Amino acid sequence: MRASIGLSFRLAWRNIWRQKRRTWLTALAMIFSNMLLVFMIALQLGSYDMMIENSLRIFSGQMQIQHEGYHESQKMRLAVDDISLLAAEIRTQFPAAKVAARAFAFALVSSEGRSFAMQIAGVEPEQEAGISTLPGLLESGRYLAGSDAAEMVIGSIAARNLGVATGDELTFLGTGKDGSFAAAVVTVVGVFDSGATELDRGLAEIPLAYFQDVFSMGGSGHVVAVSVPDLRRVPAMLKSLQGVAGSKNSLLVLDWDVLMPGLKQAIQADMTSAWFMYAVLIVLVAFSVLNTQLMSVLERTREFGVIMALGIMPRQLALLVLLETFLMALLGLLLGVLLGGLVASYFSHAGFAYPGMEELTDKFNLPSVMYPKVSLVSLLMGPVVVFVFCLLAAIYPSLKLYSLRPVAAMRAV
Amino acid sequence: MRLGVVAVSTLAWRNLWRNYRRTMIMLLAISVGVWAMIFMTAVLRGMVDNMVTQALDTLPGYVQIHAPNYLDDPSVTHSLPAPDPSLLQVLGDPLVAAWTSRVKVPAMISSEYENRGVTLIGVDPEGEQALGFDIHDITQGRFLVGANDRGLVIGRKLLQRLDTRLGKRIVIMSQDPGNSIADRGFRIVGVFRADLESREENIVYAGRSVVQTMLGMGSEVSEIAVRGHDYRHPQVLADKIQAETDARVSSWLELDPYLSTMMRVMDGFVLVWMVVVFLALSFGLVNTLMMAVFERIREIGLMQALGMRPSAIVYQFLLESLLLLLLGLLAGNLLAVTTIYVLRDGIDLSGVAQGLEMMGAASVMYPVLQWPDLVLANVVVIVLGIATSLLPAWRAARYLPVEAIARTS
Repeated sequence: MRASIGLSFRLAWRNIWRQKRRTWLTALAMIFSNMLLVFMIALQLGSYDMMIENSLRIFSGQMQIQHEGYHESQKMRLAVDDISLLAAEIRTQFPAAKVAARAFAFALVSSEGRSFAMQIAGVEPEQEAGISTLPGLLESGRYLAGSDAAEMVIGSIAARNLGVATGDELTFLGTGKDGSFAAAVVTVVGVFDSGATELDRGLAEIPLAYFQDVFSMGGSGHVVAVSVPDLRRVPAMLKSLQGVAGSKNSLLVLDWDVLMPGLKQAIQADMTSAWFMYAVLIVLVAFSVLNTQLMSVLERTREFGVIMALGIMPRQLALLVLLETFLMALLGLLLGVLLGGLVASYFSHAGFAYPGMEELTDKFNLPSVMYPKVSLVSLLMGPVVVFVFCLLAAIYPSLKLYSLRPVAAMRAV
Repeated sequence: MRLGVVAVSTLAWRNLWRNYRRTMIMLLAISVGVWAMIFMTAVLRGMVDNMVTQALDTLPGYVQIHAPNYLDDPSVTHSLPAPDPSLLQVLGDPLVAAWTSRVKVPAMISSEYENRGVTLIGVDPEGEQALGFDIHDITQGRFLVGANDRGLVIGRKLLQRLDTRLGKRIVIMSQDPGNSIADRGFRIVGVFRADLESREENIVYAGRSVVQTMLGMGSEVSEIAVRGHDYRHPQVLADKIQAETDARVSSWLELDPYLSTMMRVMDGFVLVWMVVVFLALSFGLVNTLMMAVFERIREIGLMQALGMRPSAIVYQFLLESLLLLLLGLLAGNLLAVTTIYVLRDGIDLSGVAQGLEMMGAASVMYPVLQWPDLVLANVVVIVLGIATSLLPAWRAARYLPVEAIARTS
């Protein structure tokens, strides 16, 4: 006797509703976990995206071309020659990309009353806004204008510590690329407030040409920062840039992974600990399914005995039990994804705030309101794993059917 | 008919094992759940402890005393006089484990080719070690000896960044109280390592008196760092010191808002985690008990017909559930404590070291079992477990004896 597929499905569907309450409770366990997984994963992916985006957009950019060894040691003499020309060349070759050349030095910056060591960045004023959000985050004054003006923009904390405002003068004192004495007097034209403490406290920007002049850099600089509109296009862009940089001596192209190794690892560490927790939930749901299906097999011992006496093979019965589990798990999957998706979409519009966690989110360049990211991946990643483990949990109950002896089974209570 | 406690317990215990497969699966689920509650909590606590240890060694101390404006503007102009007798007296209090005074100013360090911004700390070497500086962290050379030591101790990373080495001379520049640039050459006499790279890069140690002379600040200091005995409650210590001084006394909870928020959030998260795990368990628990009730409808009817009170039936099912929970808890607790014991030497997470550094944690994690967490996990499971068992137990007691006996299955 062979049951058709349609018949098997109908049989399995009817079987799971013979114990309504039990089936619903088991399905509820799945729905609960699925909702939780969908929401949490959407929230995680959303905040990771934002964390990467915000961290890169403040200053560093997605990719940088540097002299070999500069990233590790940041030695001033490991410079890229004719850096503005290189940046211009990339700009013409890849019109979609934003490109900005920069040079860096540390110097002692002094106002009338205070002195602090700060990182001085030489930037191309008209290109900088394409890479970095700092030019748009001025709390007072304006951004740098001319490429060789003696002007400076500094962070808000530095401005407070130095006791200066827009229009005041600062002197700075450092060492040039050739080891010579580098000193200059500049006017503060703007103060930026990025919310990133490190930049607000320790970064000052001056025009690149002026920087090259003061620090005896010639035409050289240290970094060409490159960003493309979409983070997913970084690997392709990286390859093209390597083509360009490869023709020059000892230049390297680094992507954000290398520039900010902490970022990806923080995400990995967070993802790992989250998956440990998800795994616990999933295993508990699987136990629930195992229990339900084992009970449902054991209470039907007599019935199965009769059916087997009529010539049905254990294999077919095992398939029936798996099919029942499949339907139950599918119910849990669909309702869980639906409800979880609704919750996640609601928050993806309304925003989700951790109460009182501003200090934590600041540290990772996150706003205090997060937006879960609803996508096929965030909707299905968790529930599909739950689904698979529920099916695996039904294997043991199904295997029990192979040891069933029809005559003994029919006599069972 | 009144059944004694012993009889009800015996009944509950035997009933529990009538369907031993179901009970075993449920037991397994409860133990895994309880294990996860306790173990995960211990790992999270360990991580926060790790961050706190790092932070307290970096700050250092549980409480710090500064001039009123120093925290907003960490400049040499906002200095404190050396401790006066009344302050010295409170620093001698048994609540204080150790204290030291330090000069701490922003400075620029220059080698032959490179410049870096750093925090220059003028220390009393003995006091600094009492506050938590570990002498074993010196990887080359030596630590300072006395407040008059003319040497300089810098971090491994900074040494590399400055392209210099042990024994070389470097120059440090900072401002004096009159905002003239004060500079001085130092010989690097020691190199230290730290769990957090940012410390290796940003902090340099010199003798306190040497820095005071260089900056022309007499006997004034920037901060007095105080270590107590219980880092979880620094406020008591802070209040006690505040009573004796006009300077600003801050506990580390104020000095490091990131960590204090982290600790607060963690308490909430631990509870949420335990409840979520319990909820995932509860569906199975209710299911198991429901099944047990349905299977036994006829005998429940019979017992009621023989005079057993409904309340006795409720008790019996609750007791059955309680026994199940207790067994699960026992196994889960043992499993968790064993896991934590096995991992007492730490979990090595150096693969994501830089990510953890962003969070302020070092890369070896030690699970920390805190008794309140263990108790909390057990209370959550027992209280919520009994609460969820009430419904099936109550249903069992509600059947009319005649109907129940008449049921066929």
